[in-house]
Amino acid sequence: MTSKTLPDLVPDAALTLPRQAERKLPNGLTVIAIRRESVPLVEVRLRIPFGRAPLAPATLLSQALFTGTGTMSMLDIAAELQAVGGSLAAGLDPDRLQISGNALADGLARTLEILAGVLTGATYPGEEVVTERERLVDNIQVALSQPAHLARVALLKRMYSTHPYAVQTPAPEEVHAVEPEALRELHADRVRPGGAILVLVGDIDPEQAIDVAEKTLGGWTGEARDGGVPPTPALQPGPLLLVDRPGSVQSSLRMALPALTRTDPDYAALTLANLVFGGYFSSRWVENIREDKGYTYGSHSVVEHFVAGSALLAAADVATEVTGPSLLETTYELGRIASLPPGEEELEQARRYALGTLRLGMSTQAGLAGLASVYAGFGLRLDHLREHSAALAAATREQVAEVAARHLAPSRAVTVVLGDAEKIEAQLSALTVVERSAQ
Amino acid sequence: MASRIQIPATKYPVERFTLANGLRVVLSPDRSAPVVGVAVVYDVGIRSEPEGRTGFAHLFEHLMFQGSENLEKLAHFRHVQGAGGSFNGSTHLDYTDYFEVLPAGALERALFLEADRMRGPRLTEENLRNQVDVVKEEIRVNVLNRPYGGFPWLKLPPVMFRTFPNAHDGYGSFEDLESATVEDAQGFFDRYYACGNAVLSVAGDFDVAEATAMIERHFGDVPARPAPALPDFAEPDLDGERRESYVDRIAPLPAVAAGYRVPDPIGAFDAYLPFSVLAEVLTDGDASRLVERLVQRDRSVTNVGGYLGFMGDEYQVRNPTALLLQAHMPPGGDAGKVLDTIDEELDRLAADGLKPGELERTQARMATRLLHGTDEVLGRALPMAVLELQRGRPELLNELPKLISEVTAEQIVAAAATLRPERRATVEVKPGAGA
Repeated sequence: MTSKTLPDLVPDAALTLPRQAERKLPNGLTVIAIRRESVPLVEVRLRIPFGRAPLAPATLLSQALFTGTGTMSMLDIAAELQAVGGSLAAGLDPDRLQISGNALADGLARTLEILAGVLTGATYPGEEVVTERERLVDNIQVALSQPAHLARVALLKRMYSTHPYAVQTPAPEEVHAVEPEALRELHADRVRPGGAILVLVGDIDPEQAIDVAEKTLGGWTGEARDGGVPPTPALQPGPLLLVDRPGSVQSSLRMALPALTRTDPDYAALTLANLVFGGYFSSRWVENIREDKGYTYGSHSVVEHFVAGSALLAAADVATEVTGPSLLETTYELGRIASLPPGEEELEQARRYALGTLRLGMSTQAGLAGLASVYAGFGLRLDHLREHSAALAAATREQVAEVAARHLAPSRAVTVVLGDAEKIEAQLSALTVVERSAQ
Repeated sequence: MASRIQIPATKYPVERFTLANGLRVVLSPDRSAPVVGVAVVYDVGIRSEPEGRTGFAHLFEHLMFQGSENLEKLAHFRHVQGAGGSFNGSTHLDYTDYFEVLPAGALERALFLEADRMRGPRLTEENLRNQVDVVKEEIRVNVLNRPYGGFPWLKLPPVMFRTFPNAHDGYGSFEDLESATVEDAQGFFDRYYACGNAVLSVAGDFDVAEATAMIERHFGDVPARPAPALPDFAEPDLDGERRESYVDRIAPLPAVAAGYRVPDPIGAFDAYLPFSVLAEVLTDGDASRLVERLVQRDRSVTNVGGYLGFMGDEYQVRNPTALLLQAHMPPGGDAGKVLDTIDEELDRLAADGLKPGELERTQARMATRLLHGTDEVLGRALPMAVLELQRGRPELLNELPKLISEVTAEQIVAAAATLRPERRATVEVKPGAGA
């Protein structure tokens, strides 16, 4: 057997940010345009503040936004976008209505014209809205049969209690009751340019792209209603919540732990602590419950940011017969990261991963557009990448240990397990206090 | 309708060479972002696994990450991620791929890692048993514990095909997985993981001369082993409609998928390509034929999709393959009625042809999707590797937008006319969760 040495890494060059421009239009819309000419496309991201919007109508609005305007049918909108290689779709999260898509770069003006037509003139025609409504009901029905969705629903409820973030998917019967008129009212009330942010990334001249946006979207006007959401409550650890899913051949283990916002001085250290614990494949948690014990196909932890607060979420789907042992190992790994500083080499490895993936994320138009849009939603710009990179590079073992003790201790966790309760309750009760979910 | 938009193409450079040991190499430099994508593909997939060993190609993919000549278990993951990169692998019908995307300064490290496992993975009993468990959990999370699991990619082939290579379950039965041995794994490696049966490709920020030297350095001493003879998996077309259904215990709503055989994707590429455009004419977006008819007008389905290749890898699959249409239905939905309507729409297309602008806008959207895919370094490294492996033509990736834009309305109509019910295999999902 030959013995070969691992080649050294060539150090990264300094982080360079792409050419960009920004302008706040008179109607209150902020436009950020970024040049990356790698392919002749343009990516479009529009975020409109939508916090505290009534859930069922807002969800349906996001699905029915492109069903027609005063001058274009649903078919016209789709065909005209397609003609410039374009596509646009809307989605909803607890803070925003988001419209995303892309087009051939030469089709930017046409794409924005069509978008403007929808923003200022969506009519929510009755027939089309009813079709979209029933499709949405069916889609929610399907979601309700998916373990990952059900586990998330239970976890959010447990984390947020009465806060608006507690319920993020409407019930099928609530959607079923929404009439087209409610969408027209909600659109008039909330689909407004004030506080909205449009990000354009691609083979474009940033200043010219903003001129195009100003020309096409300048007629979108109206006062924005305050979409602010109150800060999220502190997590209340309590008994493990067991959600019964009879016949389930796996258990979905979910945990929430406290986290920090992107701009908190300790956030970089928390990012690294999370990576060492369970945030990437080479983490302790994955190496333990997958690569050593074979309990799961995958486990993952991530800091999830919403405007009103951040949380660290951990998820693993494990074999039913080892549900208890999986919880044991998870608790062990949380206890270990919260009690002992990480090793020097494993911290360096996590740090290089964090810094490297930031660069990988910037290397495509879609990656840049997503990042710029998400950052903008938190009042940040791309240059935050430099600050965050510097903080990641500087965080010490002591800082990582300190922040892990505060945030990753198993005693801080809110825990939900979805699975076949008959088969897993005893396993879980051997380790912690278990409360069955009320069905 | 807007005036016809120019379909742009990419001009990614392509350099090809073969090492003395038979390893084929494709390089596509692009200095615009400091990242590299590295892909190694082996010419073996689900269709080549032996009877009694269903799921073996995929299980073996897992074993390729479990250590190699100079690397302990877990080392591969740590070295890639510790260099700031990401990795994965996937098993397809006709190939198995392994890939990394990393900051440019980690290129040589990735080449070292891939060369090391090409020389020899550590195939131990302990690693095998561990990964059998992991794969079983993968099957549970993706198939058994999820509504519509494996629909249609695992459910339609056994209806459509009659031979074991084409018809069997590529994820494998638990029984076959559990009975796999280290000897099976060694035999599979010896037979299929020869450097003569592989392509290495690198896309992104590197200097060609430097990368070539690195590749010689790390792969040059991999022992020469020739590729096994390429099997022919051909089987006759359907001689009558085949319809089957099954109850999905946890699915709340009905669904249906239909497959029609298409021309040989490689041997008859000119005849195959129009089917790729046809699938989009039928299902891409609200202005497409089947979405407009089935979703918007009839409300008989909640969504409908169409594509070539059971795994959606339309330009990276060999003969035989299929054009697939799949639809999810509302409560009480009638699959037979949906299929009848599809026939009606195909007849209409075959009889009346395309509407003004319909072909052009579909081609424009297809170009956007191709360009979007190639914007990622792996979106170039991976398909170029497979195109080299299967066709010796990695530069086809650059040519696809233009070739798609040259497909004519007559070709689409002719393709639509071949999608007859008597050549169709369908599988229906009956909801078991009481909708």
